[in-house]
Amino acid sequence: MPYPESLVAPMRAEMVQMGAAELRTVAEVDAVLGGASGTTLVFVNSVCGCAAGNARPALQMALRHAVLPDRTVTVFAGQDLEASARARSYFGEYQPSSPSVALIRDGEVVHFVHRHQIEGRSPQALAADLVKAFDQHCGVAR
Amino acid sequence: MSGHVFHPGHHDLHGITVVLETANALWVGRFDSVTPKGVLLHDAGCFEEGVTPGTREEYLQKTLKFGVRATEKNKLIAESEVRGIRQLTAIGG
Repeated sequence: MPYPESLVAPMRAEMVQMGAAELRTVAEVDAVLGGASGTTLVFVNSVCGCAAGNARPALQMALRHAVLPDRTVTVFAGQDLEASARARSYFGEYQPSSPSVALIRDGEVVHFVHRHQIEGRSPQALAADLVKAFDQHCGVAR
Repeated sequence: MSGHVFHPGHHDLHGITVVLETANALWVGRFDSVTPKGVLLHDAGCFEEGVTPGTREEYLQKTLKFGVRATEKNKLIAESEVRGIRQLTAIGG
């Protein structure tokens, strides 16, 4: 059951402020992920303070890197149920977890960060891993 | 909201993805709490000896890479059956 919108609004805003486009409907998800070329980072947001509380600032740090995905989007697990399920349908064999991060290149997941890889780790450590993935999969610095 | 925790005062493993071993199975899921009825895991998947293809190690390595293939939204395991609990990432990968 979704949390009250007033509770999650700051978590949505945190994502938008760092430059992620929020996808709240199936149509919005398909418009971005359906047949997209290039690189897309999908952040699966969560209310969980244990993990998402570190994952959001980690992504914010990583997005200051010179090499970035072509686009960064977010869906909110447990809140925007249909949009989240649709986004996960693009993740192939990777199982649902939240928070999580999928880096997709030309329609294929090339890097995935599960919740279990976020738990107990600092934003700095998580950001370093994301930056490494950006360097590996997202091409030249801009 | 960064770092905000909605559920303070819980078990140290609360919210952590763990591997719970019993005599005949491995359960992997998000630890919630120890209740009078047993250990409660959320979104749990299971490797069962003689039922699940492959070995325990193969199951864990696949879970590390692809995540937990959850079959139970809420799973209670009696404490008397529990042989050990460790964080999933503690097994390496």
